[in-house]
Amino acid sequence: MSAVAFVIIAILTLAAAMAVATLQKLMHAALSFAVMFLGISAFFFLLGAEFVGLVQVFVYIGAVAVLIVFTILLTRHDQEKTRGFNWSGVVVALAVFGGLIWAITKTKFLQSAPRPIEPITVHRIGELLMTSYVWPLLCVGVLLTAALIGALILVMEDKGQ
Amino acid sequence: MTLSIFLIVSAALFCIGLLAALSRRHAIFILIGIEMMLAAANINFIAFWRFAPSPAQPIGVMVAIFSIAIAAAEAAVGLAMVIAVYRHFRTTNVDQLDRLKG
Repeated sequence: MSAVAFVIIAILTLAAAMAVATLQKLMHAALSFAVMFLGISAFFFLLGAEFVGLVQVFVYIGAVAVLIVFTILLTRHDQEKTRGFNWSGVVVALAVFGGLIWAITKTKFLQSAPRPIEPITVHRIGELLMTSYVWPLLCVGVLLTAALIGALILVMEDKGQ
Repeated sequence: MTLSIFLIVSAALFCIGLLAALSRRHAIFILIGIEMMLAAANINFIAFWRFAPSPAQPIGVMVAIFSIAIAAAEAAVGLAMVIAVYRHFRTTNVDQLDRLKG
């Protein structure tokens, strides 16, 4: 059952990713970006990391995809002027893919089947965030604040001059 | 389902993201390609955690959560830069942003 689910999710995710990389209409590509992140969060659900899957849906589909759609709408799309495909990018991507596949198939992994675990609850994650991971949490908070202020300063109109 | 099949799917996703970052002309889609590569790395974190000898410690889950937060910050700053560049040059085509070219 989960093998069938895996194949369906993998095909959906990779097809949406190819659509993002190749579609000429920017809005269609941005919407298939959202579909791709839905597929990735389905992977997380399949692997038993439900909280990360939900966070992925909230952050990427709820925030980042909407932000990207807004940016596309705010900037003029001149898709006629864009030349077609850059084939050297295809060559580089295929070379990297071949290298990664070679490395993955050559490696001997310790075990093949996942061990049964009790589900990672939100309670447990929150406890860990407040105990062992409190310093990374604070650093991420500072980083997010700095990124927010930096983004605001970048897009601010300089009316003073 | 084995670990390698997850790694292969995430490698494919990473390479499609690399393809989008290298061959797209639109600045927003270069950012999207970078986001795809980050998401492929997240799949690797979760898969390695799930297939680890001791998955009781949710280390991979915590790393993935922090990675998502940092990716969101990167997307916000990147899109703000796209809008600032568009306001200045009236284009988002990276081929036309060649002011510094010698």
